[in-house]
Amino acid sequence: MTATLPGRTAMPHASSLKPTLAARGAPATRGPGGEPVVEAREFRFSYGPTEVLKGISLGVARNAVTAIIGPSGCGKSTFLRAINRMHELLPDVRHGGDLLLDGQSIYAPGRDLVDLRRRIGMVFQRPNPFPKSIFDNVAYGPTVNRLALKRDLPELVERCLRQAALWDEVKDRLHEPGTGLSGGQQQRLCIARALANSPEVLLMDEPCSALDPIATQKVEELIFALKEHYTIAIVTHNMQQAARVSDFTGFFDSGELIEFGDTDQLFTAPAHERTEAYITGRFG
Amino acid sequence: MSPSATGSDATLGGARFGDRLFKAALTLTALAVPVLLGFLVFELWAGSREAIGEFGLGFLTSSEWDPVEGRFGALPLIFGTVVSSALALLIAVPLSLGVAIFLTEFAPMRIRGPVSFLIELLAAIPSVVYGLWGIFVMIPFLRATVFPFLKDTLGFLPFFQGPIYGPGMLSAAIILAIMVMPYIMSVSREVLLAVPNTQREAALALGATRWEALTGAVLPYARSGIIGAVILGLGRALGETMAVTMVIGNRHEIAASLFAPGYTMAAAIANEFAEAVENIHLSALSYVALTLFVVTVLINAAARLLIWRVAQGGGGKSA
Ligand SMILES: Nc1ncnc2c1ncn2[C@@H]1O[C@H](COP(=O)(O)OP(=O)(O)OP(=O)(O)O)[C@@H](O)[C@H]1O
Ligand SMILES: [Mg+2]
Repeated sequence: MTATLPGRTAMPHASSLKPTLAARGAPATRGPGGEPVVEAREFRFSYGPTEVLKGISLGVARNAVTAIIGPSGCGKSTFLRAINRMHELLPDVRHGGDLLLDGQSIYAPGRDLVDLRRRIGMVFQRPNPFPKSIFDNVAYGPTVNRLALKRDLPELVERCLRQAALWDEVKDRLHEPGTGLSGGQQQRLCIARALANSPEVLLMDEPCSALDPIATQKVEELIFALKEHYTIAIVTHNMQQAARVSDFTGFFDSGELIEFGDTDQLFTAPAHERTEAYITGRFG
Repeated sequence: MSPSATGSDATLGGARFGDRLFKAALTLTALAVPVLLGFLVFELWAGSREAIGEFGLGFLTSSEWDPVEGRFGALPLIFGTVVSSALALLIAVPLSLGVAIFLTEFAPMRIRGPVSFLIELLAAIPSVVYGLWGIFVMIPFLRATVFPFLKDTLGFLPFFQGPIYGPGMLSAAIILAIMVMPYIMSVSREVLLAVPNTQREAALALGATRWEALTGAVLPYARSGIIGAVILGLGRALGETMAVTMVIGNRHEIAASLFAPGYTMAAAIANEFAEAVENIHLSALSYVALTLFVVTVLINAAARLLIWRVAQGGGGKSA
């Protein structure tokens, strides 16, 4: 295992919001933040002959934001997508080690994929609303999962759109196609759609990469507000964004987890020189 | 002008001239299409003038076809064309859509390519070969198995009553279905392949099953493209001549039973044109051709309208 353990004793930058790690004595494979909701144990993944993840061990803490950073192609998306088994559409992929959700293997034989994906929501790098109305987009998850009665849908849709900070912009046009919104609005629609399933974990793969600064700020505020109820794992290329929204950060490089720890610590006093090179932009 | 300037000017001028020539050539080609079309309609109209004068619009509602007496009506032909094509689509659309969906969504990767190649190969078979196959293989088979079965089980319906000849409306519809399947299948397959994977992922990530992702996300996205595929098949079915005339029975009659022989516009034109001696007979056939043209245009226009409506209604991109 190559992950450097996060500093457990000195945490000069930890804000009071964050769970204290000291004296918790979590096993080495666990990340900071106590009992993880999602836990990777020596997780490996390959597309055909190329191994893309080479034994990742980290934990995603409950009601916190965990950021994953790293250079392009290092396997961040692969890792995130492995958590809700999104690779299943691809031929010839293999995995090793294990991924756990609430202590139970995500890859256990006979695991109910529908239930798993209901509990682990995902927001993709590019907004991908359905060519349906805004309302139907948000109502899709609860409808296919039979989570809500038809008459409760309007209320649910409104609540999710409010949570995603989109309600005021779309409340008069709920029955227009979701594909007609701007890119930033579409991404917030996709977030609302993911929230409608009441997932335990929300995976976000560069959710702001297609957004302008204002929409980005809205989504960041949203992420900050959402962690009260959800556990969030977010991949981002934006160091400032990782520093702003996350409680914990993992640095990936070439399929390995180089360093994982408290965000403030990782950004101010990285333990590994590759991490330091990356976050200061001296990465070659 | 200095020699060097002339050189560069010539190149530029050459490019500009080439562009203009190219544009003119393209404009001419584009203009040729409506001109040809107009010419075609005019020719058909000119050819049918005698029949139009003689029978008027009554031609379209009369069932009589008597070259000896010189009395002609095209209703059985229109009926045969529309019914055989509609039945063919009824059979071919679910099958080809099913195959396309299977090949893009569910089939193991390594059989996807070969199977779709084989199906597309079916489109390359000349229709006279289909006709021969229909006569020697399909009809004997249908007459011995499927038709009696239909008569026994669904015989209470007027469509499956009466004697089983073999050649007839249902045989024609089945052979047409086989012929249009490759078109509908390969176009819908392209359309389904063009549905971005992000749409499937969006549905799956929300807890949809593969089936729900297909019906809730993939098919709605592909909707207008699939309708386009069906229209392409319909166009083929309406105009198909050779194979149909070999298996439909070629009788100017409207029968409720699908086992009974019938006729289509295209088949009648092809069959009778060589034998027609009377001017009025030739003119009537020309009138039939004009009718076929109009029917095809109308059906296609209606179909375009349908696609347009569907695309307006929040559907995905048209293929
Ligand atoms: N479907 C696939 N088939 C084969 N190889 C793949 C596939 N998807 C990704 N890879 C490879 O796996 C490696 C990791 O890809 P991944 O998408 O996880 O990177 P990433 O860290 O998310 O990069 P980025 O920051 O650019 O999004 C890359 O080398 C990529 O080429
Ligand atoms: Mg990525």
